[in-house]
Amino acid sequence: MRYIVCNADEGEPGTFKDRIIMEGDPHLLIEGMIIAAYAVGAKKGYIYIRGEYYKSVDMIRKALEIARERGFLGDNILDSGYSLDIVVKLGGGSYLCGEEFTLLESIEGKRGYPRIKPPYPAEKGLFDMPTLVNNVETLSHIPTIILNGAEWYKSIGTNQSPGTKIFSISGDVNNPGYFEVEMGVRLKELVYNLAGGIKDNKKFKTALIGGAAGTFAPESFLDVSMDFESLQERDAVLGSGAIIVMAEDKSILDMLHSILRFFGHESCGKCVPCRVGTRQLLILLEKIITDGHDNNSSDIDALLEQAELMAKTSLCPLGQSPVLPIKSAMRYFRNELEQTTN
Amino acid sequence: MNKTDILHKYSPLMENVLLILHEFQSYNPRNYLSEKDLAMIAKYLNVPYSSIYGVVSYYTLFSLTPRGKHIIRICNSPVCHMAGSNDILLELRKNLKIDSGETTAEGFFTLETTECLGQCDTATN
Repeated sequence: MRYIVCNADEGEPGTFKDRIIMEGDPHLLIEGMIIAAYAVGAKKGYIYIRGEYYKSVDMIRKALEIARERGFLGDNILDSGYSLDIVVKLGGGSYLCGEEFTLLESIEGKRGYPRIKPPYPAEKGLFDMPTLVNNVETLSHIPTIILNGAEWYKSIGTNQSPGTKIFSISGDVNNPGYFEVEMGVRLKELVYNLAGGIKDNKKFKTALIGGAAGTFAPESFLDVSMDFESLQERDAVLGSGAIIVMAEDKSILDMLHSILRFFGHESCGKCVPCRVGTRQLLILLEKIITDGHDNNSSDIDALLEQAELMAKTSLCPLGQSPVLPIKSAMRYFRNELEQTTN
Repeated sequence: MNKTDILHKYSPLMENVLLILHEFQSYNPRNYLSEKDLAMIAKYLNVPYSSIYGVVSYYTLFSLTPRGKHIIRICNSPVCHMAGSNDILLELRKNLKIDSGETTAEGFFTLETTECLGQCDTATN
C-alpha cells in the first residue's frame, strides 16, 4: 500500500501562499496530486489542511467532489486502470504538524510528535507504509510541467533552482501580498518593485527571509538572487519563501523575542533540547532586554551557543531552527542586541 | 443531525478522530468538548478515554471548558505582533472586561490568542 500526502498545514509565520492556491485554484493542486500519486503508485491520498483554514477546507472539499463526479478520482480514472481517492484531513491548531513526520502522526489520529529518522516517509510513512509527502506549492507546479515539458520549466529560474516560487511578502511594505516570480529574482525587486517599497517612505532595515525559522537579511542582501543556492552560500535559507520586511524604526530585539516566544509555544516537548532549550532561549533573551545597555556580552554569546546546541541535538526542525534568526541577528545587528546605541 | 449521526459519517478509525472532534465541538453551542463527548467518541472508536483526551489536550483549537458563542482570536505571531496586534488585544481586554482565555459573563465572546493564521498581508499597522 502506498500513500500520497499533501502538506497543507501552512503555519510558518509570514507565509500565505498555499492558502491562496487552495482558495483560488483548488483543481490545480488536485490535478498535481493525482499525477504525483500515479507516478509513485499511491492508492490513497490525504490533503492535511490546518484547522484554521476553513475556507481552504471548504474549497478543496467541493473541488474533490467535482473531480470525483467528472471521473478524475475514484475507480479506473479516465479508463486508465488506475484508481485513486483523496480525502481531506483537518489539523487541530499546531505549527509542528506542518513537519512531515508529525503530520503523519496527526493523520493517524495521535498527538503531534515527530519521529526518529531514518526511516524516511518514502520507506516508512503513513501507517508505516511508503508515503510521498509534498507541500501544496510543490504539487501545484506539476500540471503545467507535464503539459509544457521539463525544458520549458527549466527555461526560467536559475540552473540549480529552475522554475518559479511564490513569495509571501508582509511587514512594512506598501503592497504586501503573494507574488509568483521566477527563481533568481533579486530581493530588491521583490521589496521595491512588487511590494511597492517601504511604507511611509522609511528606510529598509532588514527582511526576515523564511519566516520565524528564517534569517535576517541586511541591506547588502538586496542584490542577492533569491534562489536556494545563492541564499545558502550566505548562510541564509529560502524556507517557505516568506519575506517579512522591517523598516528602520522596528526593533530586532522585539522581533527576535516574538520569534523565540513562538517557538517556545509550539514546541511539542518530546525532546529535551527543544523543550528546555526554547524556554532557556526566551529567558536569556529577556535578561538581555532587561539588562539594557548594561548587558553582558557573554549573555548574547550564550544565546547563540544554546541555539547551536539545539540545532545539533533536537529531534526535528523546530528545535533546529532558532539558531537561524539568532545567528543572523548577531552577525548583522549585534549593536542592537547589545543596545549600546541607546 | 445529532451526535450519533456525526459519528456514523465516519468509519470508526483513529484517523478520523480530528474530523469528529471538530464536528462535535462546532455542534456544541458553547464551542467546547465535554467529558461525555470524549467518552462517546472513545466508545465509537473503540479506544480508551485517555487516547481521546490526549488528542484533545494537545491541539490548540479544542477546548475542554465551555466558551462563548463567538471566539475572537488575535494573532500573536511575528508579523501581526510587529503590526501592533498587542494593542488590539489590550483594547479588547479593556472593552470586554476579560483576559485572554476568558469568556464574557453572558457567554457571548471568548478572547484567545493564536499563532500565525496566514493572513499576514492584511495585518493592520
